[in-house]
Amino acid sequence: MSREEKVSQRELFDKQMKEFEEFVESMKDSLGLPTFPDMKSGALQWYDQRWITTRFVISVEGIKEFFDKLIDGKFVTTKCRSCGELYFPPQKDCPKCRKSDMEWVELSREGELLTYTQINVKPYSFSHYDDYIVGIVRLPEGINVTAWIRADDPSKLRIGMKMRLEIVRRKPENYITYEWVPAEE
Amino acid sequence: MARDVAIVGVGHSRYGVRSDVNIGELAWESISMALDDAGLEQRDIEYFVVSSVGGWSSEYLPAVVIGEYSGLTPKGTARVEAACASGSAAVKLAYDMVASGSVDIAMAIGLEKMNESPTPTVVEFIGRAGNYFWEFHNFGLTFPGYYALYATAYMDRYGATEEDLCLAAVKNHYYGARNPKAHFQKEVTLEKCMSSRYIAWPLKLYDCSPITDGSSAVILASGEVARELTDTPVWIEAIGHASDTANLSKRDDFTYLRAARLAAEQAYMQAGILDGYEMYKYFDVAEVHDCFTIAEVMAYEDLRFAKPGEGHKMLRDGETYIGGKIPVNLSGGLKAKGHPIGATGVGMVAELTNQLLQRVEKDRQAPIEKGRAIAHNVGGTGHYAYVTILSLDRPGR
Ligand SMILES: [Zn+2]
Repeated sequence: MSREEKVSQRELFDKQMKEFEEFVESMKDSLGLPTFPDMKSGALQWYDQRWITTRFVISVEGIKEFFDKLIDGKFVTTKCRSCGELYFPPQKDCPKCRKSDMEWVELSREGELLTYTQINVKPYSFSHYDDYIVGIVRLPEGINVTAWIRADDPSKLRIGMKMRLEIVRRKPENYITYEWVPAEE
Repeated sequence: MARDVAIVGVGHSRYGVRSDVNIGELAWESISMALDDAGLEQRDIEYFVVSSVGGWSSEYLPAVVIGEYSGLTPKGTARVEAACASGSAAVKLAYDMVASGSVDIAMAIGLEKMNESPTPTVVEFIGRAGNYFWEFHNFGLTFPGYYALYATAYMDRYGATEEDLCLAAVKNHYYGARNPKAHFQKEVTLEKCMSSRYIAWPLKLYDCSPITDGSSAVILASGEVARELTDTPVWIEAIGHASDTANLSKRDDFTYLRAARLAAEQAYMQAGILDGYEMYKYFDVAEVHDCFTIAEVMAYEDLRFAKPGEGHKMLRDGETYIGGKIPVNLSGGLKAKGHPIGATGVGMVAELTNQLLQRVEKDRQAPIEKGRAIAHNVGGTGHYAYVTILSLDRPGR
């Protein structure tokens, strides 16, 4: 199949769901009830007539500096002023010494690939993307950063290879995030 | 001082796509079976713990819904969540209530009806089981994806192959085919596993456990009550427990599950069995958490049935079939019996109780000589871990 013709998992799923819902609607029209026999077992099912879309609102007030700096093209995290512990993801409080006195420090943008995978079967909210590769990279500071790896074939990657972090805009949602790019052949 | 606790009754529904039952009916299959097995009435159950993760199913308060349906109301109850180890958490809480003297008889009920939602929605829910904001929201990891990160690292370090992993699937389908309660009751060949499509590279369809509906139940009683109820109590000798970071990136090593290792050490310490990498010697049979084939390999090592890096060799050598060093997942495991998230841990304890009492189907019955069995139940991607040791002998006697 050529790239232009490629149908995303989301399009496939949405099409299936639409057909299924049309089928249940037709059952409802004739029976007066949203019931239908299960395709495999024949057991009678009721199609829920109430539904919600879930979408959360998450506070990032305590770590807003991370996002402020990301906009400026910087990749930073928190370091405890009191005990020196470095945190990634950044956090407001230091459970180690139980102080909340953090400084923001810039992180290395190069590290070594620890492990990786390619997501072939995607969750619904990621089903509009092509298969994507996710990796965990260790920075010289001794902390690990999970992100997408810009590559199309996982078999071309290897554990231990050098990776470089880039700050990018994620399409089609169009928000700023970061991803790993192989820094060697 | 803690009291001895015994299993006096177990129930286990058929696992699979259970479009023929609703949540209450599904739970009742196991509850009624466990009550019959123990010779008890609902009124004898003083507290029931329900393990169910939910999200994909319609009932938001499953504990009271199944309590009402099964006639357990008005006894005290709560739902517990430890992801895929919720069932073991329920057993642990029921155990503690009895051991502490809070009640004499408690029930742990595991339940999950995952197929009330379409697959992409279920994949979404399980993928969010970790750290939502830093892992899922930006990078869309899935449950197979998280374990694939372990598979990639393990294969790279120890030279294991995709074939090695598939051997776990072949074995577990072999036993699943002999378990009438299994989701998949069909054997698969190595070729079939190897030629299946990638779900999360390098894990393929046959490396993954299915989306399953099912329920399970166990009734626990204090030593004295158990003696009155049955001639064949199965004792809970030890329960080890641990957790690990929500973010996988906070972990140092992707070739083993630290929480599972810690839980195993704790359980072995409680049972007073500690030495070396031949821990299989103490047990007749094990149920381990094979949500993905790589997880079974790591389980062998985390339980110290094999040295680090040698778990896959147990599969190559067929050491975990009946007749090998220790038969593992004679139920079919999560891989073939199925993985109804909240029911899995309780189901493991029910299965091992039946194994120890020699009442499972003949061609998947382990020879019982040592009188001890072990359950290894992991929640999320090593986020939670419980290791439970069952014994035909009363602890410390
Ligand atoms: Zn500190």
